[in-house]
Order: sequence, then structure tokens, then C-alpha cells
Amino acid sequence: MDQQSAIVQAAHGGGQAAPETPKIELRGVAKSFGANHVLRGVDLSVARGESLAIIGGSGTGKSVAIKCVLGLLEPNAGEILIDGVRVDRRRRDDALLARFGMLFQGAALFDSLPVWRNVAFRLLQRKDLSRAECRAVAIEKLRRVGMSEKVADLFPAELSGGMQKRVGLARAIAADPEVIFFDEPTTGLDPIMAGVINELIRELVDEIGATAVTITHDMSSVRAIAHRVAMLYDGEIRWHGRVMDMDFSGDPYMQQFISGSAIGPIDTLR
Amino acid sequence: MQATLTLIAAIGRTVLTLMRQTGAVFLFSISAIAAAFRPPFYLRETLVQLWRIGYESLPVVGLTALFTGAALALQIYVGSSDLNAEAVVPRIVSFAVARELGPVLAGLMVAGRVSASIAAELGTMRVTEQIDALTTLSTDPMRYLVAPRIVAATLALPVLVAVADSIGIFGGYLVGVERLGFNGAIYLKTTTEHLMASDVVSGLWKAAAFGFIIALMGCYHGYNSGRGAQGVGRATTQAVVSACVLILAANYVLTEFFFTS
Repeated sequence: MDQQSAIVQAAHGGGQAAPETPKIELRGVAKSFGANHVLRGVDLSVARGESLAIIGGSGTGKSVAIKCVLGLLEPNAGEILIDGVRVDRRRRDDALLARFGMLFQGAALFDSLPVWRNVAFRLLQRKDLSRAECRAVAIEKLRRVGMSEKVADLFPAELSGGMQKRVGLARAIAADPEVIFFDEPTTGLDPIMAGVINELIRELVDEIGATAVTITHDMSSVRAIAHRVAMLYDGEIRWHGRVMDMDFSGDPYMQQFISGSAIGPIDTLR
Repeated sequence: MQATLTLIAAIGRTVLTLMRQTGAVFLFSISAIAAAFRPPFYLRETLVQLWRIGYESLPVVGLTALFTGAALALQIYVGSSDLNAEAVVPRIVSFAVARELGPVLAGLMVAGRVSASIAAELGTMRVTEQIDALTTLSTDPMRYLVAPRIVAATLALPVLVAVADSIGIFGGYLVGVERLGFNGAIYLKTTTEHLMASDVVSGLWKAAAFGFIIALMGCYHGYNSGRGAQGVGRATTQAVVSACVLILAANYVLTEFFFTS
């Protein structure tokens, strides 16, 4: 058993339990854009039902890592396994993608569609559900994220940033996915709304029993929603471990990131 | 010597960029055509685009055709003063509008309006990650975004050009009868006698090709838009410029095909 698996097991309170196949596993994933080597060999695994936060400065490749898992980008090297099965970009079929939900940084709601059709977008593609049933599910999911039925027929441009995030969250959970990705869920929100979103994410992940991967540099988000944290620096996982251990990691990069200090090994432009 | 090498290198870079772009557009157009013929088909999206590209372009296309037909009648009258103007004006107006001016001017006007709009819309969707969101929601952006626009533009342009032809010829009629004092009945008789079905049909085929080009350029540049407002702005400009240039080039090729082969 490698160190990473041991940490996952520890996070779930078991040193004795049999090792289980990780829900998501990245092995030596590398991605470059021209001469810019964003990921240089990322090894990471997320256990079923676990909530992992990936932290790191801007431009360290956090979003690129998630996009590689989702099949939006093709890694240059390495492999990605879902439930132990290797997948490549061409094999991201509908059945596989239907197991994922994603909350984008800016919510990425479709401007031309009303809120309820945004939420029910995936459901509307299904032949076995009527339009009325899809709308009913959308309204139920909107209620779940604290929004009333009144917003269902509004367009995204008529909503505030926080409300758009909630709608994005409702869309991410609309089809009860097995894995939910959150890309900087609290960026651009006031502290109260950020707290609300963090609370919602924690509740929803527990409720659905989904595996969650969150990209963030908001440490309050990490503490609120994650079981485990991995720090990405210079294209590699610099440190990973339980959230409760991160303050005592002993890693100078991790310590600088958590404290937000300008002094330390991480280069800062001043 | 160094200056010569620098010049050759610059030319080489330009040629390579051009080749790369051409290849990318070709592959994109193959994917778009394949997406248009592979289910699922997004009928609702296609109808929305037919409305936006076709119906909403009617005023600008109609006005362009009206004034072009009118100006053309005046020019031909002035230029043919030593001939039988009453016979020449309706004949050349209908001939020129149906074969060339109707499709080309409608194409250029729609390129300005629609290519820019498609590129800006898709570019913004790219920048705000809406296209990525579509993929994560098990929806192929080529089928959901690109195919409906290309199908709608290819179908809408011939209809727009048919309307533009009628209005353009009517513009010539108005000037001929109201301004130049021609007999209305003779004007119409001369027009219908000399305007051949092949003149109109060739113009409609051209229009379909121009519609494809307009939507393709809008979609290609929008889909591959750079980041930020500047990226979307550049995509919009490139879409309009490339669509206009390609329309004029395609017009020449199609004219060769229809009228010299």
C-alpha cells in the first residue's frame, strides 16, 4: 500500500480495512501547453465518498488537472482511472460523463436558457423524462440550494453572482452524480455567501454520498468542505494529507500558502 | 545576407501559419458537417437560428437590395443613353441582381451581421466555460452549437436571396417607372422575358454556399476564441473579415462553375 492510500484509509478512520479501489486516480499525469509545462507528473487518488481539496496558487494547474479528469483536456503523459478503469479522452462517453457533476468557477450557466432549463439540462436530454418532470426536478434542486420556484423562469443574467453559483450547484447535483467537481466555488463571493455555499456543498456531498474534488485557494473552504487536501506546486503534488494535519505539515510551501505570507519559498511578484 | 534570411523566415512563418489555419478550418468544417448528419438533432436550436439568421436579417437584406436595384437602374440608364434604355435597363437590372448582386450583397450583409454575432456568442461561451459545461453535461458542442447554426444559415440564405432578388428588381422598377418615366407593363414584360430560371437558381446555390461560409467562419473563430474581451473581439473581427473574403472568392469560383462550364 502506498503512502497516499494509507492517508485515504486513515481519513476514513480505518487502518485495518481492506484497501478499496480509488474512485479517481491520477498516475503521472503531465500536461503542457507549448513550452509551458503545467502538470509535470501528478499522482493523486480520491477514495469513494471522500472530499478532496486541491489547493495551490493561480496558474499552478489545478483547473487543468480537473479538466484532464473530465476529458476536456488530453494529458500528454500518465493515466487517469475511474473506479480502477483507465479512461482516455475519447472514452468519455455519455454514460461516464453522466456520473460527474461540475460547478464551474463562474457558474457557466447558459445565457440563452432560463434557470430551470439550465438546472435540468442533462435531464432534458433523456427520453424517459417528460418536460414537466424535468422542470419538477429542477425546481426541487433549486429549493435544495435555497432558491424559490420564482427564479425558475428567470434568465442567468437576471441573477446575482451568488445566486448564479447556487443555480450552478443545483445543475451539478441535478442528476445525482457519483463525483462532483467544484472549481473555486467561493471565488468572487462575499464572506457570508461563501459560507453559505461551503455549507451547501458539505451538506449536498454528505447527502448524495458523492465523491467531491474541490479546487480552491480559500482556506476556509478547505476547512469547511474537505476531508483531505493536496497542494499543487510547480506541476506536482507538493503535499497531501488530512485537513486536520495541514497546519502541522512541516512543509514550508504549505505553511506559506496557509498563512498567506509573502515571505517563503513560493515566488511572489511584488 | 542576414536581412534576406530574416525575410525568408518571415515568409515561411506566414505560409506555415496560413497552412495550419487552413487545415484547422478544413477539419472543423468536416466535424461540423458530420455533426449536422449525426443524431441527436437539435431541432429547437435549429429553428431558433433560422429565426435569428433568416427572419431577423430580412430588413437589412431587403433595404440593401432595394437601394442597389434602384442605383443600378439609374447607372445603367445613364450609361446606355445611346441605346434603347427602356429595353436595356430592366434586362440588366434583373440579370445582375439575380446572378451577382443579390447573392453577393446579401451574403456580405449577413456576414457582417451573423458571422459577428455567432463568433461573439460562441467566443463568450468559450471564455465563460459554457462550452466546457456542455461537454460535462454529455452534450457535444459541435452538434448543439455548431451544426444548428450551419444548417440554419445554409437554408436561410437562399430564401433571403430570393427575397433580395425580388426587392432588388422592384427597386429597379421603381426608379425606371417613377423616376425615368418607363412604361411599367413593358418594364415587367422585358424583365420576365429575359430573366432565365438558371439565373435565379445559380444565385440561390451561391447563397447556400455563402450561408455555409458565414456560419462556418462565425463558429470556427468563436469556438476557438482567445481569452478575455480582447480574444472575443479578435474572433469577431476575424469571423467577419474571413467570411467576406471567402464569399467573394467562392463567388468567383461558383460563377466559373455555373456560367463557363
